[in-house]
Amino acid sequence: MSDNELFQSRRAALRCMAYGGAGTLFVLAGGVLTPMDLATAGAYDKKGTASGKPLFVQISDTHIGFNKDANPDVSRTLTQTIDIVNGMAEQPGLIIHTGDISHLSRPAEFDQAQQMFARLRTTELHTVPGEHDTQDPTVTEYFNRFGKASANRGYYSFDHAGVHFVALVNVLQFKPGGLGTLGPDQLAWVAADLNGRSSSTPIVVFAHMPLWTIYEPWGWGTGDADQLMAPLRRFGSVTVLNGHIHQIVQKVEGNMTFHTARSTAYPQPVAGEGAGPSPLKVPSDQLPSMLGVTSVSVVRHPSSMVMTDTTLA
Amino acid sequence: MIIGKIRTLHAVAAARLVWLLAAGLPAGAALPDSAQIVIKDFMFAPDSVKIKAGTTVTWSNKDDEPHSVVSDTGLFRSGAKDTDETFSFRFDKPGTYHFTCSIHPKMVGTIIVE
Repeated sequence: MSDNELFQSRRAALRCMAYGGAGTLFVLAGGVLTPMDLATAGAYDKKGTASGKPLFVQISDTHIGFNKDANPDVSRTLTQTIDIVNGMAEQPGLIIHTGDISHLSRPAEFDQAQQMFARLRTTELHTVPGEHDTQDPTVTEYFNRFGKASANRGYYSFDHAGVHFVALVNVLQFKPGGLGTLGPDQLAWVAADLNGRSSSTPIVVFAHMPLWTIYEPWGWGTGDADQLMAPLRRFGSVTVLNGHIHQIVQKVEGNMTFHTARSTAYPQPVAGEGAGPSPLKVPSDQLPSMLGVTSVSVVRHPSSMVMTDTTLA
Repeated sequence: MIIGKIRTLHAVAAARLVWLLAAGLPAGAALPDSAQIVIKDFMFAPDSVKIKAGTTVTWSNKDDEPHSVVSDTGLFRSGAKDTDETFSFRFDKPGTYHFTCSIHPKMVGTIIVE
């Protein structure tokens, strides 16, 4: 496929998406997990040239219940996202949702989200809560629906296709004025969970808030994440995934790749622009260029990861 | 006639006195029995309020983003409040009460109850 063909395919896919990033597909290529933009992956799939086995798709920040100007119809954009995932030629083994399923932690929002997720052809769905999911006075609405995998702790691990997944919660122990927090109990659990595993096991860690500090004044980080990195460093392939900031930010540090996902609901400003991370209102004709063809990361060679940023504009 | 008119005036005065008592205003009260805090641009304004015991504080969210009001000690927890929604709490006991937005924990404020 020429670059031009690829570009045209991306344009077509994004035109269908209207608002919002669809999600992130991860393929296992040469033992290295590679995030790629889902719209691009769909384009590849239509040509029958998918670059690896689809391992999982990350959906984030669906914010069901949001209805402001930045996107008055978030259920429509989630529906479009699900259609894109369902349209993939080869279905991923599982879906992860990195939080803010709901906007206001209200039962009707969770119920609607669950009904929509039920349309996914891939039925294995793993979630972690965002801070928008844990605001009900008793903090039970999320756990009543999604708490079983973790015995209502919120954090848990599982294995799939030789990859070890670790789901973490950093939105339950906010300190006033501080960042997200994992807490000593969860950190001890992670260390024990990883202990004894082969260093060649690919590890995927996911939580809602970024597990590295992207912008401290807006709380875009996790205060005790350093203690999480210590037991992860010996592994040859670690992928750390988050949502929360409604835009893609990536970092590679040794064997660890950090990647935040887009929202399916609305964009947020880049760090520090404006009073805070409010829903970002943009003219509808600017949305494609803003949310457009996101950062795309593609492994050109198993031993090296090439980061490519592409926009629609 | 004259006696009747005086009685009427007394009745009016008594009614006024009852109304004042019912409003719960102690003699010489200077502080109001309600206070307002606006949430705007990811800040509580004002972020520190001094009130008398028994005062009800009402927070109003004027951002496009939901916010919450949560006591550091667990005394109150508003739940997520969307644009133009409010939350009220009456402070009966003197003391210093710190609160935060549990969605944006950078947002903090203090109520001082005298």
